[in-house]
Amino acid sequence: MSDLQQTPLYDLHLELGGKMVPFAGYSMPVQYPMGVMKEHLHTRNFAGLFDVSHMGQVILSGASWEAVATAFETLVPMDVLGLADGRQRYGLFTNDVGGIEDDLMFARRGNDLFVVVNAACKGADIARMKAALEPQVTVTAIDDRALIALQGPGAEAALATIDPTAANMRFMDFGALSLDGVEVWASRSGYTGEDGYEISVPADEAETVVRGLLAIEGVEPIGLGARDSLRLEAGLCLYGNDIDAQTNPVEASLNWAIQKIRRAGGAREGGYPGAQVVQAAFEDGVARKRVGLAPQGRAPMREGTQLYDAEDGGRLVGHVTSGSFGPTLGMPVAMGYVGAEYASVDTALWGEVRGKRLPVSVAKLPFVAANFKR
Amino acid sequence: MMKFTEEHEWLRVEGDEIVVGITIHAAEQLGDVVFVELPSEGTVVSKDDEVVVIESVKAASDILAPIDGEITEVNSTLTDTPGMVNDDPQGEAWFFKMKASDPSQMDEFMDEAGYQKFIG
Repeated sequence: MSDLQQTPLYDLHLELGGKMVPFAGYSMPVQYPMGVMKEHLHTRNFAGLFDVSHMGQVILSGASWEAVATAFETLVPMDVLGLADGRQRYGLFTNDVGGIEDDLMFARRGNDLFVVVNAACKGADIARMKAALEPQVTVTAIDDRALIALQGPGAEAALATIDPTAANMRFMDFGALSLDGVEVWASRSGYTGEDGYEISVPADEAETVVRGLLAIEGVEPIGLGARDSLRLEAGLCLYGNDIDAQTNPVEASLNWAIQKIRRAGGAREGGYPGAQVVQAAFEDGVARKRVGLAPQGRAPMREGTQLYDAEDGGRLVGHVTSGSFGPTLGMPVAMGYVGAEYASVDTALWGEVRGKRLPVSVAKLPFVAANFKR
Repeated sequence: MMKFTEEHEWLRVEGDEIVVGITIHAAEQLGDVVFVELPSEGTVVSKDDEVVVIESVKAASDILAPIDGEITEVNSTLTDTPGMVNDDPQGEAWFFKMKASDPSQMDEFMDEAGYQKFIG
């Protein structure tokens, strides 16, 4: 355990009573004394502050925006070139079989790209970008900045008390803010389905900035436990659970993330790893799809729960990839993969929990409507 | 008097029955309980059989039969209001009552002072 890394906010987590657990090589707070359920509901109703400094922050720079964007388009099936300055987009690194190597957020910062990747994948992601893009594009891993997320309906008012221009940002805007003299990079986005911000802060200023935010009424520290239940209610994928190297974006129901200009017939179609597989998936359909799953009883259906088309006998038609209890709904929520013929909303299935088949319905995602400021 | 197990259960003798629940410490460690599955009344159990499933937001855990015997009554209120386990683990939120096959199995368990020392 001693080789776990610590974020710049580690001492503050301990001071706040955070219950620390190993996560992706870091010691991270899974919850604070408030507890997962209350932390979840607090974020939905007020504002929650999360330390996500374990995630990878990377800057790509080159001779021009065109050079950086077109290079990055060789790794992701997204429209990068068309991204306006100060805007952010969701992305996926694909592999040669069209599977997903990681999901990420990327933002245009002048001629640079600011990329945020998952903690567990960051080493591989940085190596992938360096191998594919250097020397034309310089790949710089940012190790001297913390990353925090301020999420919830009260996030705007809270951040605007420190820098009023925060209120001018819209969903997926990206830019600099000044928090009591500390220049930070903020995006209006997150991983909860709520309005809010993700904020990159110089490591040595992180504790001061976070203390300033926590001093605002309605802002509470929130752990990774509630982050997971919030993102699940919001229908957002967890890499490694809901998407992985064997899952293509169409199977993952992430079609919306691939802009028309990169699809077959688009001006910059293909040109990323596994493009042929992904294009074929668009055209021919896929055998399985990621869907929302609403267990009909109170028992949560966890990751790995097998799904059948009958209460007795029947066929194995899929499995759960994320499952928990949804505190906002007061009932269990899950997502998983089912055969395409079982993917329509309200399809009745059975999940096998401790040897018993319990009813579960295919459900529309998200479970809780997004609350973004567009 | 309550007795305590290393599995963080408490046992209280009530007439010829033994009432079983989990400790305050265990409830705190579990976090917010969202689901409880109780055994059927009349089930005959052996020590360390999994008899109750308890799920928090994050994970599922089992409660083991502390001794051999028969389940005589379950607290079905917990099925509808599992949060009681967090609110009053050593009172209202008992899980089941059982008749012991061999009451002497109780002797090995800790008293409250011993349990407090055990959880440090």
